[in-house]
Amino acid sequence: MSEVLMNDNRLAVLDHSRLRAKAGKPGTDRGRISVRDVDIVFDTPTGSHIAVQNANLTVRPGEFVCLLGPSGCGKSTLMNSIAGFVPPTRGDVTVDGEAVTEPGPDRGMVFQQHSLFPWKTVKENVAFGPLMAGVGQNEANSVARTFLSLVGLAAFENAYPNTLSGGMQQRVGIARALANYPSVLLMDEPFGALDAQTRIMMQENLLEIWREFHNTVVFVTHDIDEAVFLSDRIVVMSASPGRIIADIKVDLPRPREQSLLTSPDFMALKRQCLDLIRKETLNAFQQQNKVG
Amino acid sequence: MDNHSNAALLTAPMEETDGSPGVEQIIRKEATMASPMAEKTSDNARLPARIWMKTIGVRYLVRIMALIVAVVLWEFASRNGFHFYINFDNIPAPSVVGTALVAELSGQEFYLHILHSLERVAIAYVLAVVVGVILGVAMGRSRWAEDIILPYIELLRPIPAVAWIPLAILMLPTEQSSIIFITFLGALFPVILNTVHGVEQTSSVLVRAARSLGASRTAILWHVVLPGAMPSIVAGLAIGMGVAWFSLLAGEIISGQYGIGYYTWNSYTLIQYPQIIIGMLTIGGLGTLCTLLVRKGCNPLLKWQAKGGRS
Ligand SMILES: Nc1ncnc2c1ncn2[C@@H]1O[C@H](COP(=O)(O)OP(=O)(O)O)[C@@H](O)[C@H]1O
Ligand SMILES: [Mg+2]
Repeated sequence: MSEVLMNDNRLAVLDHSRLRAKAGKPGTDRGRISVRDVDIVFDTPTGSHIAVQNANLTVRPGEFVCLLGPSGCGKSTLMNSIAGFVPPTRGDVTVDGEAVTEPGPDRGMVFQQHSLFPWKTVKENVAFGPLMAGVGQNEANSVARTFLSLVGLAAFENAYPNTLSGGMQQRVGIARALANYPSVLLMDEPFGALDAQTRIMMQENLLEIWREFHNTVVFVTHDIDEAVFLSDRIVVMSASPGRIIADIKVDLPRPREQSLLTSPDFMALKRQCLDLIRKETLNAFQQQNKVG
Repeated sequence: MDNHSNAALLTAPMEETDGSPGVEQIIRKEATMASPMAEKTSDNARLPARIWMKTIGVRYLVRIMALIVAVVLWEFASRNGFHFYINFDNIPAPSVVGTALVAELSGQEFYLHILHSLERVAIAYVLAVVVGVILGVAMGRSRWAEDIILPYIELLRPIPAVAWIPLAILMLPTEQSSIIFITFLGALFPVILNTVHGVEQTSSVLVRAARSLGASRTAILWHVVLPGAMPSIVAGLAIGMGVAWFSLLAGEIISGQYGIGYYTWNSYTLIQYPQIIIGMLTIGGLGTLCTLLVRKGCNPLLKWQAKGGRS
């Protein structure tokens, strides 16, 4: 797949100048995320459940940050508060200085799976955001084509999502989120349901796209390799209650390719993350045992 | 990409009599990565006749044979006055019914009956669909609407169409409107309940996706909720059509002159046995036909479910 992608200079299509001008220049001046003293508490039948506790996080414009942590530690919850789906119980979340109160097209979302509209063709899915923004049908279609070429799926514009493989569906999902020229891209384990082979391809692909766009990316994953490979910074979370326990800078050179996965620098960083997570997970287990 | 990356699921559009997807056959086609353009639906659209005969053809043959066997047994039982708990003494044989049917078909009266019934069903059904879908969506979307409307549905739904006749006569101005009301009620409940069911199954991920793409509440209703509920709504529309026809039969008890239900009841009063059976079979046939039309008519709304793409 990457061969096809390299050859067809599809990144050139990104100079979709008018829309881009409208969006400002993502990555340079837009897309600063600030999470301050955030607690998120859910009321459940068995009492209140602290999903996120005292989270503090600042993401610079154009930064690629991974939220890493075991399942159930509150990664999605924290991300959903940035997306505007879950209001923080305490503290505040701002994007470019504005308090987040509801979801909006400036923060594109990519979900784990099954998030394309099955009754819309691939093109209609991608054109949906621009249409909602009030762009005319023709222009929305042309934006959709642009972004489908970007993810290498131009030939599938008239296919329905259920005829595509999981990896292709996720690429459409990325194209759809980008079609609004969001300043922030929020991705919740977008490759979590893919097989290892496809996942690596998708990661390379995403980095290529991001290099052009350079918007802020918050990427949730529980896969350490994925986090190290993709990000500028890894924010590690631990479970019950969900807290940010570490903030690791990833100084690996870009552009990154698959070969990086076996380099000593990569290994060292990975070990550092592993140790931290292991320590914290053990702590959490001990606490649970004391309670239980 | 993985092996599946370019495998397209293509569904061959085959004869689909009863609308059951079980008859359909899904063909997997592997296309090469280098040529995604090769994925066209058209080149696989038809099955070879040989395979068709072996699969679908045989099944139709069995279905037709099953019906023929029943007709032959019935003919035999009627002619010989079969009487062993079930009594065929007074039941006209299929051949007799057939002769009577030919006579009816060559007159004008019979068609007038059918036309009147068709008109009533059409009016009642359209009303039921409009009211049913609106109420169903409201109930599916709003807890208030559901709490207010649901008790009525629970209470009224089990009441059979026949039981509405006295009230329908008392409440409505004309005989025609009474019959239409009874037919309408029959069709209404399945449409409402299926719509509610479909709307309540709206995927929360899709709603989130739509919201993060800037969709308003109205846009979410049009682009996410309704299309998502459509398979269930269509099922409700098909069931509603069937129920409309058998409610019509009850409603036309009070018809003074025309209607296939009236025809059937009247034949019963006049002890015209072959005509009773003709009336019954006509209602059954028309009901099935209309249900089929509803399913076929709604197919374009559901083409995303199985097809490989737009051609
Ligand atoms: N809407 C909710 N209501 C109640 N509890 C929730 C809700 N959403 C998440 N949780 C709980 O919060 C915790 C963190 O969930 P989540 O953020 O989805 O974790 P992660 O994404 O890291 O796997 C889990 O224990 C989960 O059960
Ligand atoms: Mg999660």
